[in-house]
Amino acid sequence: MILYVIRRLLTAIPTLFVIVTLAFFLIRVAPGGPFNQERGLHPEIKANIERQFGLDQPLVSQYLSYLKNVLHGDFGPSYVLPNFTVAERFAAGLPVSIQLGFSALVFALLVGGTLGVIAALNQNKAGDYAVIATATAGSTIPTFVIAPLIQLLFGLTWKLLPVGGWGDGALINKIGPVLTLALPQMAIVARLMRGSMIESLRSHHIRTARAMGLSDWSVVVKHALRGAMLPIVSYAGPAAAALMTGSVIVETIFAIPGVGREFVQAALNRDYTVVMGTVVLIAVFTILFNLIVDILYAFVDPRVRYD
Amino acid sequence: MTDVAATPVSPDGPSPTSPTEVEVAVAGRSAFGDAWLRLKANRAAMISLFYLIAMGVVCVAGPWFSPHNYSTIYADYVRTPPSLSPYPAEDTIETSLTDVVKRMRLDLKEWRQEGERVFVTVTSSREIDDRNIRYLDRSDTFDDAKIESKSADGKEAVFSAGVKQQYFLFGTDNIGRDLLTRTLVAGRISLAIGLLAGFVAVAIGVLYGAASGFIGGRVDEIMMRIVDVLYSLPFIFFVIMLVVFFGRNFVLMFIAVGAVLWLDMARIVRGQALSLRRQEFVQAAEVMGVSQWGILKRHIIPNLLGPVVIYMTLLVPQVILLESFLSFLGLGVQEPMTSWGVLISVGAANIGSANWLLMYPAVFLVSTLFALNFVGDGLRDALDPKDR
Repeated sequence: MILYVIRRLLTAIPTLFVIVTLAFFLIRVAPGGPFNQERGLHPEIKANIERQFGLDQPLVSQYLSYLKNVLHGDFGPSYVLPNFTVAERFAAGLPVSIQLGFSALVFALLVGGTLGVIAALNQNKAGDYAVIATATAGSTIPTFVIAPLIQLLFGLTWKLLPVGGWGDGALINKIGPVLTLALPQMAIVARLMRGSMIESLRSHHIRTARAMGLSDWSVVVKHALRGAMLPIVSYAGPAAAALMTGSVIVETIFAIPGVGREFVQAALNRDYTVVMGTVVLIAVFTILFNLIVDILYAFVDPRVRYD
Repeated sequence: MTDVAATPVSPDGPSPTSPTEVEVAVAGRSAFGDAWLRLKANRAAMISLFYLIAMGVVCVAGPWFSPHNYSTIYADYVRTPPSLSPYPAEDTIETSLTDVVKRMRLDLKEWRQEGERVFVTVTSSREIDDRNIRYLDRSDTFDDAKIESKSADGKEAVFSAGVKQQYFLFGTDNIGRDLLTRTLVAGRISLAIGLLAGFVAVAIGVLYGAASGFIGGRVDEIMMRIVDVLYSLPFIFFVIMLVVFFGRNFVLMFIAVGAVLWLDMARIVRGQALSLRRQEFVQAAEVMGVSQWGILKRHIIPNLLGPVVIYMTLLVPQVILLESFLSFLGLGVQEPMTSWGVLISVGAANIGSANWLLMYPAVFLVSTLFALNFVGDGLRDALDPKDR
């Protein structure tokens, strides 16, 4: 198992390298730059600033020095937000995004999973149709409609939640964003769970378990659920990575200081280092969670072994 | 299209007859005729299909019949709530009248309404200029202004004007434009982008995937690794980079959006092409000496069509969503042109004061997405009966 993890981490290196290289050159060839302001800096001042950040060097040597710095764990300074390094920006934004993303993931898995099981147990009955309808709605209505609707209903009409803001991480400020993030995921989880649970309930070991006279509860929870978990686990990996690296829409609408909003701002401002840092961050999260998923497989399904 | 026999008959393509079809067709049924029958039996898909057609017609033709232009600003009617009755309402006539008289720099002595016209008596310490009448015409509330009478010294006059009746069924937006017209015009853009960008994505994906699958070997390997690399880039980064490259140009948006979404299509088509090449009927054709092009035309393309059509219907809502997302971030369609994403983003910003700005565009967008999903699911069931 440990060998497997090491091997997987080693194969991640070329992937990361390709991503970093591609992202670096893509954003560099995009027109504009971090110091191209509307009014325009004095050319001498601009040249000075660019020299200070090494932007006057040839692109390839900039790339090599960036690679070297990244390997030393240094993501460089932010060009647009003076006196901040990329690491500092992440230290501020990432905990916020991770908190929201993780809560949303847990919520989606628990509620979506339960709904899926309920639907599967009542296949082609009213309960099933209700879950399917909810899931269709949840995965069709875009986030940027759900978020303002939550603001309108819970924030403005019923005055239960604040309309937006982070409030230093107060629980009540997190409910709206977490719900918005969780609803589409929940819909997908419910749908996946329903499908795999129906299949799992039909399998031979479940028939045997029933024949042996096990209680319904024990059949469903102990035996069927375990077999039905696999698709959920493999879905949860990329979903977790996506959720925890922040959502632009949710963070913009609810005015939350996470990394998702910063990424889009940075790309528009050509804040090269911040963009690159975020790209690396997202890639690392994705690789990491895919690895976790594969390890979890072995626990969920004993047939899977990594030797 | 209701006549099954009239649908194109694909020659000797495999014709999977669904087990539910009991009656024997005399003319013989093509794979697509069969699929159409199955689709017709799916009520949700058919209702959605008609809904989509209706939505398309309303969005394309609607703005021509609307009395308002999508970019006309009615300064008197900023954030007017939606209503079935015409504006101006009784109580707003006085407000706009006092506004107009204030702009004339005259004093309002009295005013009364007789039927469709208002009569207003104004006074001034100096002689009243006849040209003041223009202010009445300029207002969004009144038209056809006339001078009824003037006192001998010219310091008092009676103006009259017709009350312009305007309907704002969906209300007006935050700078006073008719929301109904804007929603319809936005629908044109969103649907057009959905179709065109979907088409671009499918075209790139099919060409790339088919090339990769048919050439095979080392070329296939390299082409698919390129797809893998593009896959591994964060999606948002990819989108934003493309938009940054192409600027905020409306037509290039299509291409940018299409260029992001072709990856799945390429993979699907490649997989299909690979598996089709190993099918017995293709091998049989090869043995019989049918040319490459002949095989492609008779066997491969008709068999690829199913998955491509299915994927395209599922792609169109994705594209519409992506366009809305970009417009929401301010990267997409630019004012005064509009799309559902732009309208929703304006609605989200004005949610406290004018919630109809969010509601109407959101209902249009979401219902269209729903319908597209149902049609896509229906097509999948109809074209690929093995799947269910």
